[in-house]
Parts: sequence; C-alpha cells; structure tokens
Amino acid sequence: MVASRAIGSLSRATASRMLRCPGYICRNFSASSALQTRTHINYGVNGDVAVVRINSPNSKVNTLNKELQSEFVEVMNEIWASDQIRSAVLISSKPGCFIAGADLSMLASCKTPEEVTQISQEGQRMFEKLEKSTKPIVAAISGACLGGGLELAISCQYRIATKDRKTVLGTPEVLLGILPGAGGTQRLPRMVGVPAAFDMMLTGRNIRADRAKKMGLVDQLVEPLGPGLKPPEERTIEYLEEVAVTFAKGLSDKKISIKRDKGFVEKLISYAMSIPFVRQQIYKKVEEKVRKQTKGLYPAPLKIIDVVKTGIEQGNDAGYLSESKKFGELAMTKESKALMGLYHGQVLCKKNKFGAPQKEVKHLAILGAGLMGAGIAQVSVDKGLKTILKDATLAGLGRGQQQVFKGLNDKVKKKALTSFERDSIFSNLTGQLDYEGFEKADMVIEAVFEDLSLKHRVLKEVEALIPDHCVFASNTSALPISEIAAVSKRPEKVIGMHYFSPVDKMQLLEIITTEKTSKDTTASAVAVGLKQGKVIIVVKDGPGFYTTRCLAPMMSEVLRILQEGVEPKKLDSLTTNFGFPVGAATLVDEVGVDVAKHVAEDLGKAFGERFGGGSLELLKQMVSRGFLGRKSGKGFYIYQEGVKNKNVNSDMDGILASLKVPPKSDVSSDEDIQYRLLTRFVNEAVLCLQEGILATPAEGDIGAVFGLGFPPCLGGPFRFVDLHGAQKVVDRLRKYEAVYGKQFTPCQLLIDHANSPNRKFCQ
Amino acid sequence: MIWLEQHFRAVQASSWGLLHRTNVPKDVVDYIIFGTVIQEVKTSNVAREAALGAGFSDRTPAHTVTMACISANQAMTTGIGLIASGQYDVVVAGGVELMSDVPIRHSRKMRKMMLELNKAKTLGQRLSLISKFRLNFLSPELPAVAEFSTSETMGHSADRLAAAFAVSRLDQDEYALRSHSLAKKAQDEGLLSDVVPFKVPGKDTVTKDNGIRPSSLEQMAKLRPAFIKPYGTVTAANSSFLTDGASAMLIMAEEKALAMGFKPKAYLRDFVYVSQDPKDQLLLGPTYATPKVLEKAGLTMNDIDAFEFHEAFSGQILANFKAMDSDWFAQNYMGRKTKVGSPPLEKFNNWGGSLSLGHPFGATGCRLVMAAANRLRKEGGQYGLVAACAAGGQGHAMIVEAYPK
Repeated sequence: MVASRAIGSLSRATASRMLRCPGYICRNFSASSALQTRTHINYGVNGDVAVVRINSPNSKVNTLNKELQSEFVEVMNEIWASDQIRSAVLISSKPGCFIAGADLSMLASCKTPEEVTQISQEGQRMFEKLEKSTKPIVAAISGACLGGGLELAISCQYRIATKDRKTVLGTPEVLLGILPGAGGTQRLPRMVGVPAAFDMMLTGRNIRADRAKKMGLVDQLVEPLGPGLKPPEERTIEYLEEVAVTFAKGLSDKKISIKRDKGFVEKLISYAMSIPFVRQQIYKKVEEKVRKQTKGLYPAPLKIIDVVKTGIEQGNDAGYLSESKKFGELAMTKESKALMGLYHGQVLCKKNKFGAPQKEVKHLAILGAGLMGAGIAQVSVDKGLKTILKDATLAGLGRGQQQVFKGLNDKVKKKALTSFERDSIFSNLTGQLDYEGFEKADMVIEAVFEDLSLKHRVLKEVEALIPDHCVFASNTSALPISEIAAVSKRPEKVIGMHYFSPVDKMQLLEIITTEKTSKDTTASAVAVGLKQGKVIIVVKDGPGFYTTRCLAPMMSEVLRILQEGVEPKKLDSLTTNFGFPVGAATLVDEVGVDVAKHVAEDLGKAFGERFGGGSLELLKQMVSRGFLGRKSGKGFYIYQEGVKNKNVNSDMDGILASLKVPPKSDVSSDEDIQYRLLTRFVNEAVLCLQEGILATPAEGDIGAVFGLGFPPCLGGPFRFVDLHGAQKVVDRLRKYEAVYGKQFTPCQLLIDHANSPNRKFCQ
Repeated sequence: MIWLEQHFRAVQASSWGLLHRTNVPKDVVDYIIFGTVIQEVKTSNVAREAALGAGFSDRTPAHTVTMACISANQAMTTGIGLIASGQYDVVVAGGVELMSDVPIRHSRKMRKMMLELNKAKTLGQRLSLISKFRLNFLSPELPAVAEFSTSETMGHSADRLAAAFAVSRLDQDEYALRSHSLAKKAQDEGLLSDVVPFKVPGKDTVTKDNGIRPSSLEQMAKLRPAFIKPYGTVTAANSSFLTDGASAMLIMAEEKALAMGFKPKAYLRDFVYVSQDPKDQLLLGPTYATPKVLEKAGLTMNDIDAFEFHEAFSGQILANFKAMDSDWFAQNYMGRKTKVGSPPLEKFNNWGGSLSLGHPFGATGCRLVMAAANRLRKEGGQYGLVAACAAGGQGHAMIVEAYPK
C-alpha cells in the first residue's frame, strides 16, 4: 500500500507546487551581468540586520537551481565580510512559497551518479557554511518550504514560520525515489529526533507550521494577517520580515537563545536514543516496516535509513559522504526516473490546456446520490461550488447527504477543518428530490445507475429545464458517451466525466469527449475537475474509454489465471509484490463482480477475441450465486464487519473447479503470471495511443497509475516500455501469443518502438 | 441565586438612578428592554426578572436582547423601533453585565448523565447510570471568550489587526495612556455625572469608576504581550478591562416627553448595524458603520462635534482610524469610492473610554450614548457619533443630537 500512499502524498505536495516543472524559462542575463544585477536574490540592510530576499523571476515558486545557488553564496559572502552586518534574515518575496525544492532538471541532465554526487556535495558545503555562521541567520518561512528549501532552513540558526495552510515543511524526495541530499538526512534527526525524522523522510509528508513548531522544526510562529493598508498576503510577508528582524537582532545581541526547551516526551526519546541497543532496535523496526510496505520495489527508503544510521553511528563526515553517494546512486535508478516522470506528468495533468471556459461553473447539479454522486458532491462543496444533489428517493438522498457530511466530519476529526468550516461548507449542498433550481445550473453531472435507457431518460428530462450554456456530463465507466448523447438536442454540450471510487480519495478524473463535444464544453469540464482537486486526462470516446479499456484485458487474464488453479490469495500476493497497490482478485471484489461482468460483456462485444482469455462464465456464475464482491459480503473473499483478515470464500471452489482449465507449464511461473497481466495492460494502453483515444503518453501513464493502481515504481505503461525496452515487452507478448493466441498479439505502435530502439514515448 | 440578585441590584440601581434623576413615575414606563451578553442560567429573560426585582410594575412587559458588546445599543434601537412604530410611548432601555461571576457549565457528559438520572425510574437504572460516572465528567465548561466561528480570542484578533495596520506598541500604549489621563481628568472635574452609586452587598458602596489608572509609558512598556507571545503588541495595559456594570436610559417620543413636562437630553437620530468577516475584520465595525450612518443622516465628519467610540483595544481604535483614513481600504473592502476620514483626536473620547472606564459587555452601549449626550451639553456641540464593534464581526453606529437648550 505504500505505493498508493506515496503517490497520494506526492500529489498533495504538488498541489502546493513543490518542485518546478522543467519547462521553466531561464533568464536572459549572462553570467557577467549577474554580478551587477542579481536576478534571484537581493538584500538590504536594516540597522545591523541583512534582509536577504529570494525571488526567482518569471516563476510562481523559488527553486534551488545553479543560478540561485551561486547568487546566494555571493550574497552570503558579502554579508559575512561586512562589519556593519551582525545577523541576517532569509525570506522569500513570493507569497505561498519559501523555496519549493531543488531544480529537478539539474538532476535530469546528469549522466552519471558521480555528477549527481557532486551536486549533492556542493549543496552540503553551502549549508555547512550557513550552519557554522557566527552571524545568526533567521529563516522566515511563508509558504512551501520543501526538499532543498527545508534543508536550507534547518541549516539556519533560527526559523520563524507563518501559521497558515500554505506554509508546509517537508522532505518529499522519497516520493521521487531519491533522498534529501544536502545534509537533510544528517541535520533532521538531530533537530527533531530520529523517529520523527524517519517519519518525515520516509513518507515525504507535508508538515503544517503549527505541527512543525511542536516538533521543534521551527522556533516561532507568525499569525497570518487580514487586510490592512495593503493586501493581506503582502502585509503578512512584511510582518513576518519585521518579526524575523526583531529576532535576528535579539539573537545577535544574545537576548534570545536558540536553545529550545524540550518537552518531557522529547527528553525521554532523546535519552532512549542515546542507548545503542535502543537505536539498533529502532533501525531494525523501521527497516522491517519499510521492507514490508515497499516489498523491496522502492530503493530510496532503505537507503535513507542506511544514511541516517551511518551519520549517527559513524559521525558526521561519514554521514555526509554516504548521503551524497547514495543520492547519486538513487538518482540513476529506474524507480527514480519512473517517479519523476509521474511527477512531471501530474504537473501537466493539473493544467487546463483547453483554456478558460466562457462561463465559469458556479452552480452544479448532480443526479443520483449514490456512492459516486455523493462523492462528487463532497469534492465540489468543499471548494465552494453551490451544489444540488438530486435523487429519486428520500432514503437514497439521505444516505448521500450523510456520506458528504461524514466525509467532511472526518476532516474535522483530523483537524483539517473546524466544525464551523464543516457546517459552512455543508451549507453549499442542497439535497432534493425534484428538479427545482436546475434552471440556474451551469453544469449537470449525472451519476445514475449504469443503464443506457435510464441515462437517456434523465438527459431528456434535464435538457427540458437547464439553461442553454449548461454542460451535461455523464459519470460512467464504460457506456460510450456518443450513445448517451444520441438523444440530446445539443450534443456539443454533452461530455463524459469518469470519476473513480472513492471520489474523495482517488485523484484521477477521466474526461471523455465525443466528435461533437465542443472545446468550450471540454474546457468547462476540465476547469470543474481542477477545482475539485483532480488530476485530469482527456481522452476520446470509445468503448471503455482509456482506463476501463486497459483494465478489461488484464481482468480477463485474471479470470484465466484463477481458472488455471491459482489461488486468489496467491494471485493477490503476486500482483502486490509486483507493485500493484491492490491484489487482482481483491480488485474484482472491490469493483463489484456484477460491474466487472457488465463491462466484460460490453467490451467483449466491441473488441472480440483480444479481450478473450478468461471465461465470462466465471463472473456470470458468481453473480447468479450472489457473490458480488465486497458490497454483498462475498466474492472471492468473505467480508465481515470488523474482521480485518479476510478469508477466502470456500463456496467459490465449486465454481472454479467446474471451469478449471489446465495451466500451460512453460508460461505459468510466478514471473510469467505477473507479466501476462502487465503486458496485456501495457499492450492495450499503447493501442489506445495508436488509435488516438489517448492524446499523449503522459496522460496514459497518469491515468494508469492514479486511476487503476498501475505500479508507480514502473512509472506507467509508457514509461515502463521506455525504461525496460519495447523489444523485451514485444518478446514477452510473442511468447504468450504462441501459447494463448491473439489476445497477446502486440500492437503495431509497440512493434514500431521495438524496431527502432531510440524511439521513446516519454522525453 | 446571588448572581441573579446582583443583576437585580445592578439593574435596580441603574433604573432607580434613572427614575430618580428623571422623576418619572415607575408606572409610566410601558416597556423595558435590557441587553446582556453572558446569559443567566436560571432565566433566559433577565430583563423581566430584574425589572420585577427592581420594583417596576408587574404590568410592564420586558425582554432581553443580546448582540455581544453592542447589546445595550440593540436595546436602545429596539426601543426606538417600538416607539417609532407606535407600539409604546415610554421605554426603558439598558444593559447589564456581571463579569465577576459568570455561569460555568458542567461538561456535556455530566449534563447528559444528570438528565438521564432524572428520567431513570428504578433504583437499578440509577445505579447503572451512576456506575458510568468518571472523574473527568467534573471538568467544567467556561463561557467562551473566543469567537464561535474562528475559535480565536478577541485579544488575539486585535493583535493581528494592529499588525495588519502596522500600529506600533508605542502608539497603542500612548493611546491607552491618553484614555486613562482623560478619564481621570473628567472624573476629577466631575464630568462623569452618569455614574450612580452602587452598594455591593457585604462590601462598600462603589461611587465612581474604579479602573482608571493613569500610568507612565515606561511602566506600560514593561508589560509582556498578553495574546501573541512573545512578540505581540496587545498587553493588559492597552486593552479594555471586563467589569461588572449596568446602565439604563429613558427613551420616549419628543411630543410625549414635552406633554409630560420633561425636557429631553438628546435626540437619538439615526443608527445602523453592519457586519463583516469575523476572522480578519472582527473589530472594524466602526470603520464600516461610520460612513453609513453619516450618509443616512445626511451629515459629514465635519458636522460631528463629539465622537464616542467603544475602545475595545488601543490597537483596535488606531487600526480603525487608519482604515477610515485609507482610500485603498474603502475601495477594496467597503465598496466605497473614497475614505470617510479618521475622526479628529481633539473631539474623540474626551472623557475617557472603555480602556479606562471598563467594559461591562452588555452595558457599554448606553454609557457611550450618554457620554456623547453629556459632552454635547458641556462642550456645546450639536451632533455626536457613537460607534462600536462587537463579537461576530458586527458593528454599530448612532447619531446623537443635542436637544436645543
């Protein structure tokens, strides 16, 4: 599960723009003119305090790149040399961002581990000078302080942070398959203690300012200000600077001590950590946990543990050396390249390439208060959209409203919302059984039962009421949008919005356009999705669109494998060990056996033998016995409330036995089973690109990883082909084709890539 | 019961003082309205109980209003409404607050258990309920001093407001010192004539405001910040203090007063209520209310001879001054074309204010209006402007006009 969690937090970090995309335009100044006019950093002197302001041009965020670093070193040298200056404050001029991290393109341009190690060592040296500064340096943090930004901050003598939601501190490197490479692995454990440092570095989680204060990561908090004689953000940064200057003065006058009073628990932990035996136990425990969660698929967490251990047990020098070496090694791994690819893809999928819609959606109406409808409502109301939730029955509506309330209330319990905010957000939701208010709706999303005639009926009912500009979006996982739009008076306003369950947790939104869907309709759907916090891929209409279509052949193979006598538990562990967050058999239960059957039938008709392999009879018999998966309590497994370890449903034995086919021994090794599943998935994904369902391979990777749980360590089907070689994939497919037939025939585009090894899907 | 009795006495004293001074017989009063903030548990309508206890006729209806620090203002304007709509002729409006003894609740768990015990029928049921008792049930719930919507205390918000408008600690201390000095001077000169002596049961009689303490800037500078620690600017010395108090006022239509042979003190001309963001603009009520009430009355800042603003915090007053004097703020936050301008200091709270005289939540409103009316008489002006902020991000302003001599 670490994979899905890792990706979950990866996206949270990007939501706050943690690292910069590589498309950033460098300034036109030459190196010589940079001496006179610094572009990233300038400083002024306030009394005896130097105020160093970081402000990278043409960008919303500051990133540690070569230019910024060299300017920073220059400025600090001037400050250290000046007799007038006795202390310094480091602050960003950008509201919402202190320093969002190191420049990823700096790593991407490196060809060898040694080059990366050198970058790490330069960073280490720079921060060591800060740490040893005799003139106290105060980091005044407002906004994202991540990765290299955090490493810089913890090298300073004092940290003051704005206590707002935008201010987060964290070390997200692990999510990119690397480690904090500028002294972070050494300083962080000393500052917040080994357990807390492991937690930060191994999960990459963002830490809010108030929590950071409690942990000892920052020394003071500054409350964000409201409007005064200037806009709030501007004045808040000014105020932060004023406060930081006071503290810098206090530090240089020795009126303020940088020593922090540790609480009882902290003292206890640091005492325990002084005992070698306890330390060894902690390393062992953490390592075990990481191995269990990553299944050995992600090298970065283990190296982080190793580097921290080296620093503590063998001293600073060894620690720094180990950090820079391991940093270099990790940056060259396939896993890191895959994760960085996902990061870049995600940044792309967080943009609206269709431009701003003519009319912003302010009033949303959702038809059907089921799991999906209510989920969509939840992610809409909490972004301030006025939302109508309509259902046919009071019981259904009540259930849906309760789901929204519970979702919000869970956030209150986690202290992400106050109960007052929950109530005011909940007031954006109107639950109703009729169509009142639909005349004001800017967009209607239907999430009624997956039945074409029902969808037609609601479309016609709604079109009689809604204004001309209103978009009609259909949330369906497999029904072709053009068929739904066939009865519409205005097919240009009809679009597909395929959400994934549970809507408030799954980040992907697949938007489906038909031939007739207008660009403005698409722009509007993407804008709403982005507002809801989704990562968005836009695909062409067709049976199963992109995501469902890729999943279906893999599912067919799952059935085949089960028929060949592989136990569901064994199949689950094979798939999770390969990096899928959810085992294949469990996935069928989660999706719902009836839904899987429905989709398999529809797509089977559309695509014929390419979707063959497993017998549909298996799903049919399960449905007839009432084994619908988790929702009915029984599927391949038995689900009971409160029981954590699920048992295999022994009633399935009879069904499986009656449909048993003999396994083919030369393609039934564990690895073969894993690759049979994976290659069918990948082949179908590439075919979607070939047929133009997908616009870009990047969207294909994002859709597979964020919507279907494709192993993040492989980076998505296209990145996988790039990193592991198209020829190898084709070879595997050919091998299985020889045994099973056409469902394994590689598609033309894949063959083309195999024939020209320099062709890559992702740049 | 002591608490309620104190209320009675406070109201009794204020209304007795009122009736004594005005010589109005009790039975002429048609209706009584009192504002209060922290509610008495034993009655939800403290105005009625206190009126009875204070000896008003049991035929005189009374109700209680609440609107945080502008509760007494709400009582007055409710009275104005009743008279203007022809319902009544003579209304007593006032406010009362007892900060020295506030009701403290049992915890929710304890309350639940106590209520269930009431309903339990058999001994077995009672015992089983009692067996669920845990010691932490006894931890009490104090009345909230924080905003309900934001959980931020008012002092904390005031400190942020002062910082947002870049009001320095020194400016705040200077303003507080001014308030105390002016209050002292007014008290010494006998100008605070609206005070009614009050005998505290078992203690001495209070004859004058006892919170006026002019100090020195050096002394004030020594205080530590009370809310944003360690670098904030709001301290105990530049904040208003919460105190016990009651106030009352007799309101009637001019014709009625003249017919009864009274000479009115002042007209209550116009009033407005405003509300804004309870988080970042919690205490900016006066800024929003002042231009609105002036426009309504057809007056300008220059027409005002006496300003009486509620001084919640020095920083709040000075931030309001800066906001009122800013075109940027008027355009971006108030939807106005230009600023209204800040009040000239020589006309502002000349006899002290809540910083020095104290702030009994529900009673402050009448004191402000009375101070404005008395100042107009003494200093010889025509119009007074009263303004105040209140919890919940609300505000109020009223124009008071001197009755021609």
